[in-house]
Amino acid sequence: MLRFEAVWKTYRLGAFGTRELTAVRDVSLEVARGEVVSLIGESGSGKTTIGRMALGLAAPTRGRITFDDVPVAGLRGRALRGYHRQVQGVFQDPFSTFNPVFKADRVFALVRDGFFPSVPAAQWRQRVEDALEGVRLEPADVLHKYPHQLSGGQLQRMLIARALLLDIRLLVADEIISMLDASTRIDVLNLLGELKAKGLGVLFVTHDLALGTYISDRTVILRAGEVVESGPTEEVFAQPRHEYTRNLLAAVPHLHTRWNEPVK
Amino acid sequence: MTLEVEDLRVHYRTLRGDVKALDGVSFSVADGEIMGVVGESGCGKSTLGKSLVRLDNRMKHVGGSITLDGASLPIADDRAMNRFRFKSVSVIPQYAMSALNPTRRIGRLVADLLAAHGISYAATLPELTRRLRLVGLPERVLENYPIELSGGMKQRVVLVLSTLCDPALLVADEVTSALDVSTQRAVAETLVEFRDRGYVRSMLVVTHDISLVYQIADTIMVMYAGRLAEKAPSDVVVTEPLHPYTQLLIGALPEVGARFSERRLTGIPGRPPGLRNPPQGCRFRARCPLAFDKCAEQPPFVEVATNHRVACWKAGS
Repeated sequence: MLRFEAVWKTYRLGAFGTRELTAVRDVSLEVARGEVVSLIGESGSGKTTIGRMALGLAAPTRGRITFDDVPVAGLRGRALRGYHRQVQGVFQDPFSTFNPVFKADRVFALVRDGFFPSVPAAQWRQRVEDALEGVRLEPADVLHKYPHQLSGGQLQRMLIARALLLDIRLLVADEIISMLDASTRIDVLNLLGELKAKGLGVLFVTHDLALGTYISDRTVILRAGEVVESGPTEEVFAQPRHEYTRNLLAAVPHLHTRWNEPVK
Repeated sequence: MTLEVEDLRVHYRTLRGDVKALDGVSFSVADGEIMGVVGESGCGKSTLGKSLVRLDNRMKHVGGSITLDGASLPIADDRAMNRFRFKSVSVIPQYAMSALNPTRRIGRLVADLLAAHGISYAATLPELTRRLRLVGLPERVLENYPIELSGGMKQRVVLVLSTLCDPALLVADEVTSALDVSTQRAVAETLVEFRDRGYVRSMLVVTHDISLVYQIADTIMVMYAGRLAEKAPSDVVVTEPLHPYTQLLIGALPEVGARFSERRLTGIPGRPPGLRNPPQGCRFRARCPLAFDKCAEQPPFVEVATNHRVACWKAGS
């Protein structure tokens, strides 16, 4: 579905763009229907840049990004809007994604105004309720509330519900659970797992290896913009081939095993 | 005995009434002990850490006492606390990265800090550089501005600074949360090394990450809604937790290797109660799968086994 072919991204920095920073080097990857691909890397590894390029928010400097064989970078106006109907992103901080003076139902009404102006209000309301139930939120609990009255987990699920209203086929999830408590994290992950079973493709960007393995089918490990290792999740974690992956795995804190003890 | 906290109550003043962030917390930390404090956001763990060092002006000390090495800490009196801060109680703040003044070189910043406490910079310099080298930082970081250092380096600089006077108690508030896994490990291991070398006598490590604190802490204390839920040696908390909240919290953690397709983990339904008007009785009652009639009564925080304390009616039986 989504395909990156030898993509590079260079940012120009400083006065008059005199300095260059290559954030992504020669990255190729693919996300198929009903597949979760996790993109794991430390800060500065280019994982967010890749997410932004997949959403069409940044254009690659070199290489091609295609969605169903249509190049993403060239989309403008109506075509870009059509693309965003199918591909949506959810980002790290649920508290700053929402406009604090809009109640939740208004956030959903904006989606209607923007994408489905012909749908009547009553029918739209039904669709909003279905989408909220799809992410296991009780519509009465969240509609007519301001963002500050809802918890982080609820907000993050509402963002996913908002994305689902658009019949999306690919979700770019950029660190969506880093800000959540352990008790609600797993609910959001399970939700992604269920959506995946229904055919949604997910590009799951994270720095947390444990969360990455839980739902992903394939894992791509990035370092300084380059793909260090990629493959089926079980293989990458059971037999990491690259030194960097091994070091990364060794540093993950496990319950029941201390760092200086051998892994059971 | 290093630190003794007795029935500590700290409230936040808000326009709509007091938020009871700490509501009767009692525990003690022994010499050389690293104690991890874990819980969900809003459970009062950061408030606990802060109240031992500095109450900001929204915080109000309502009751309870804190004793450090036999001397009472006057936490309600900001001025009187100055004598203890930095020298006997020290803190690494939650955002250590932004704790450094961006307009000062690190060395200048240290000199200012020491001067404020009446300590000579020149006399401390050899020890300072030795400790910087110990955490893997070259002496020239003293010539750098904070912006020139990476997140992990800044965190280690703050760690060295906070412990420069060999405090009896160090409060480390979410020190590793903003770091990458490999840096996280390095910083966490440095904390242990500082304890082993005696630079810090005891430590309170406040975090939401149980797997991380399990790596370094001797004891783990689980907080829920402004009260203590469970306290035990870290192995006991992780392998045989007794409080249902601890059990659910640990059950919700994905391990590397756990897969959605093989075994579904579950979260904890609901959310913690608001602390402006906390519910009567056990505060976890509304989310607890084991709740029964007696939970309407506040369970005492009792010792059920050696060094293992739990606040749950079901735990003792």
